[in-house]
Amino acid sequence: MSLLTRHALLGLLALAGIVVLTSVVDPYTDVQIATVGYYLVAVAGLTLLTGTNGQISLGHGAFMFIGAYTVALLVIHVPTFPFWADLLLAAAAAGLAGALTGAAAARLHGPYLAGATLALAVGLPAITQRFPDALGGSNGLAFTVQSLPTGLAGTVPQTRWQAWVVWTTALLLLVLLANVVRGRFGRILRAVRDDEVSAALAGIHIGRTKILAFLLSALCGGLAGGLQAFLLGTAAPGSFTLALSLSLLAAMVLGGVGSLWGALWGALALVFVPQWADDLTKALDLGTDVAQHLPIAVFGAVLIAVVLAFPQGIHGGINRSLARLFRKKETHENNP
Amino acid sequence: MDKWWTLTVGGIAGGAVYAALGLSLVIIFRATRVVNFAQPALALLSTYLAFTVNQATGTYWLGFAVAILAGGVLGAVSDRLLIRPAREHGELGSVIVTLGLLLVCQAVAGMLWTSEPRSFGYAFDFRGLFSPAGVFAVLAVLATAGGVLALFKFTALGLRMRAAAFAPEAASLVGVRVGLMVTAGSALAAAVGALAGLLAVPPLLYPTVLDGVFVYALTAAVVGGLDNPAGTVVAGFTVGIGLSYVSGYFGPELVTLASLAILVAVLTVRPHGLFGRGLARRV
Repeated sequence: MSLLTRHALLGLLALAGIVVLTSVVDPYTDVQIATVGYYLVAVAGLTLLTGTNGQISLGHGAFMFIGAYTVALLVIHVPTFPFWADLLLAAAAAGLAGALTGAAAARLHGPYLAGATLALAVGLPAITQRFPDALGGSNGLAFTVQSLPTGLAGTVPQTRWQAWVVWTTALLLLVLLANVVRGRFGRILRAVRDDEVSAALAGIHIGRTKILAFLLSALCGGLAGGLQAFLLGTAAPGSFTLALSLSLLAAMVLGGVGSLWGALWGALALVFVPQWADDLTKALDLGTDVAQHLPIAVFGAVLIAVVLAFPQGIHGGINRSLARLFRKKETHENNP
Repeated sequence: MDKWWTLTVGGIAGGAVYAALGLSLVIIFRATRVVNFAQPALALLSTYLAFTVNQATGTYWLGFAVAILAGGVLGAVSDRLLIRPAREHGELGSVIVTLGLLLVCQAVAGMLWTSEPRSFGYAFDFRGLFSPAGVFAVLAVLATAGGVLALFKFTALGLRMRAAAFAPEAASLVGVRVGLMVTAGSALAAAVGALAGLLAVPPLLYPTVLDGVFVYALTAAVVGGLDNPAGTVVAGFTVGIGLSYVSGYFGPELVTLASLAILVAVLTVRPHGLFGRGLARRV
């Protein structure tokens, strides 16, 4: 079985699981499941850039911003476009921005790259103030997406359908990314990450590779932002703060840098940590100020703790314990 | 012409703040070889402490002193607890750890003081072209920068700090307590950062107030060269004036993007900043 077939089968299996799962839970949980889906897309893109190619980005919130506003503007001004075309264009717009960022970033590394992308994350959402008529200023844009096919109207609730759309897109993208990472381009990305000089000597074009990695990663970010806009029906600068970009980074680091499975654990954390924090502060009666900021504190602590204590992240931890489990079994079989 | 003059003077006052925070980034980079992304967050906590002291006692200068002192303590503690262990995890690892600290500090500030903007006053009257507050900011930053440069250049302590930063092994062989010197550098950096916070925050204090300032300070530090304090101070004032023109002639919402443009443009031509020394790469 080829790699693509295996990944595609896994993706179909996961989609079937999502369809079953969304059918048994309430609409609120449907929205949460969909939220995990779009965060997964964003974190997967980031992990490709940082884990596989070794470039850090603190600006993925900005790419999500571009994606969300592309969808918002298309829905409002070109309502005849089907929603999947909006999503594709959102990904394309963010990918273009990513290629530009990558071109500027190709010569930067480590803290310089972090600083430049940080400026992007802080600066880009401010352009909504520049064009308050077109982009809605700090209130952003609100709109309605009519995507439910007429055949399904009445039988499938809106939120469940949205969760399906988000996850179909997410899984398609993951299958693509899994193949990219395992294939020739993935090897090139890793070669550039590990040793630029050797990679260049082996005939790899360093700058082009880094730009392509940024393009692909930003494309994921834009798609995630587009899906978010599709799901929530709003796009506002307040959702794309520096804290969002850093939370995405935290999610990636927590899951395990460079692993697509890790991106899933990270995306789950992005959705459920705020909820647990909310429950916890309510149970302890700590007030809304604590509840509002606790998730960010948790993500910050995660960044520190994971790097210092277990750099492999959750996915690395799972892999190691699985390996230990199987080794134990083998020794048992060998010495009955 | 009048507008140009107002913008230039305003830019110099703003630039003083960027120079101070940039200087704080440079001091800690020289000591630890880590760009400390948590530096503005330490400054933020220090400024919030000043706010609390101001509220409680009603005197500005007591809060000012508390903030500078708190900055020094926060810098030393964060160095011992976080930056030092993080340095073993490479460039990427240490950047990520300081970003984590940034998030934690901002969240803690939000929890303790809420995200509601609080009014935080100027040291002096801020009205007029050459307002006393603006003049104070420029003079305070110039004096601090001069003091830091003199410390590095002319004192035994400064020499030990430089030795600990540039040749830790050789320095420890001749009896310099390298760890202590690095911690001293971090404390000094955070105290300078606290000064920047006190000057940058007015009129309103809220948890993300320094995000933009940090971008400009980082631009100043990178343009000036991360290991060059004098270059960074010059770059801080230059960036301040330049961004003031952008804000005045094109709109304040474009300032951060303009800052990004400056950053990228300078790094593309000179990867280690205008005044920075490039490192030879060993292959």
